[in-house]
Amino acid sequence: MRRFFANKIYGVLAAGIILLAWYLVARFADLPRIILPSPGGVLQKFWLIWEDGYKGHSLVAHLADSLRRLFIAYGLAMVTAVPLGLLSGCLPKLRSALDPLVSFYRPLPPLAYYTVLVLWMGIDDGSKIALLFLAGFSPMYISSVAGVARMRPDYVNGAKTLGASSQRVFFLVIFPVALPDVFVGLRTSLGFMYSTLVAAEMVAAISGIGWMVLDASKYLQSDVIFMGIIVMGLTGIVLDGALNLLERKIVFWKGRE
Amino acid sequence: MTPEPLSPPPPDRPEDFPGPYEVPEDLIGAQNLSLYYGRGEKRRAAILNVNFSVFPGEFVCVMGPSGCGKSTILNILAGFVAPSEGRVLLSQKEISGVDWHRGVVFQKPPLFEWFSVWENVAFGPKARHRPKEEIRRSVAVFLERVGLSAWADKKVYELSGGMKQRVAIARSLINDPMILLMDEPFGALDALTREKMQDLVRKIWWNSRKTIFFITHDVDEALKLATRVLVMTESPGTIAREFSLGFSRAFIEDSDDRAWFSEEFYRARKAILDLIAGRADRDAEAALGPRLSEKERE
Repeated sequence: MRRFFANKIYGVLAAGIILLAWYLVARFADLPRIILPSPGGVLQKFWLIWEDGYKGHSLVAHLADSLRRLFIAYGLAMVTAVPLGLLSGCLPKLRSALDPLVSFYRPLPPLAYYTVLVLWMGIDDGSKIALLFLAGFSPMYISSVAGVARMRPDYVNGAKTLGASSQRVFFLVIFPVALPDVFVGLRTSLGFMYSTLVAAEMVAAISGIGWMVLDASKYLQSDVIFMGIIVMGLTGIVLDGALNLLERKIVFWKGRE
Repeated sequence: MTPEPLSPPPPDRPEDFPGPYEVPEDLIGAQNLSLYYGRGEKRRAAILNVNFSVFPGEFVCVMGPSGCGKSTILNILAGFVAPSEGRVLLSQKEISGVDWHRGVVFQKPPLFEWFSVWENVAFGPKARHRPKEEIRRSVAVFLERVGLSAWADKKVYELSGGMKQRVAIARSLINDPMILLMDEPFGALDALTREKMQDLVRKIWWNSRKTIFFITHDVDEALKLATRVLVMTESPGTIAREFSLGFSRAFIEDSDDRAWFSEEFYRARKAILDLIAGRADRDAEAALGPRLSEKERE
């Protein structure tokens, strides 16, 4: 644990150097505040919005709206992509049916089909959640398939020679064997969805941390943009850390053979 | 972990160990087994026209160089792959697919890392829906038998290689399979651990009268364990010679390893190695006794 923190020191140090550089450039380079707001200004803006909110919603409400959309989409993606991926890994026919669909839509930029989603599902949360869902689905699906595909066949063979039914093999052997890869997918997905968040809040939103940044950019409020980006970044680190912690609790055998 | 001293054979064990050809019914009958890879001109036989029987209570070792198709034979017996030609009879019934009557111990045991040692051993009886009380009792018995009683609650990654293989053996035996198939189970272990594991398996075989089919590329291992050895040669994999051995039994009866240092042991060893290398050595071959096929004809 001490080692863990000892290594974290370097990350903090690197962040500190960047902060310092930011401060020095803002202080001495004499740039307009629109190009580069000062760290102090951004912090001030943070307190201001923290107390008064931004355009009718408090900062916490903006963040909560975004996270609500994110979590609903994340949950939906998890309960569909992971089981489908695991099944695809076991059933070659299902896999050859689903793989082309996923590889077709996966590289598409979310904004390309967002309009269609809005036309179909309206301008409320539905289309936003659908967009996030699609962003998160493919990484979870792909790594779940890979988790099964990479498994040594001895695991299934061994379980069968012990008398296990196919059902028991799936739930007690294939699923845990694939779990480390599933978690890789869960973390990749979170990153993907997070980066889609701003795009999802572009259309007809009146709240959300992504919307706040976009709205501020219309009025060139650089300090609000900076503040929003930093809040999103820190939230991302917290979410990824939570997932990492969960992974170490659940897949406790990973990397210890 | 020191192996427990060998217990004397149970009193109901017949004094004269039945030789293979005195038993009327074979447990396993492999008939004209061949397995081909590829198609057309690239077609290559992994094993070609392999015939053998395994009789109840035997310890059969299949010995041969890497790539001779030893593991292919085991995979067919286990039901993991179907032969291209031929069939396997288990108690006169043709096998199809995998079931728990044939237990398998792999070289790298696919233990369930997400379970404890206890849960790994209990996996078989649980899968077969045995009553809870019975499972508790028999898991304790089989952990005791492989010397892992104190390790029941440990996670798999806390075990050494030899201990993992002990779990794998207990996990298979608890189902009381008709035959235990072992695929180079000690090939990845260090020499000292390997010897302990050989003693353990020999003891289990002797006390439980389990039939064991054991693949190895180690000639000493085959000589020290087997009551019968099938020697394979490669490309295409086929059984060149089979013969009976008494070293394993001598070891148990003497509770002493002098059988390993007898002249007989070294002659048999040389004969097998010559056979695999394709060297004909009449003197050495005489050590193996008459070819079993000839004996059968008499």
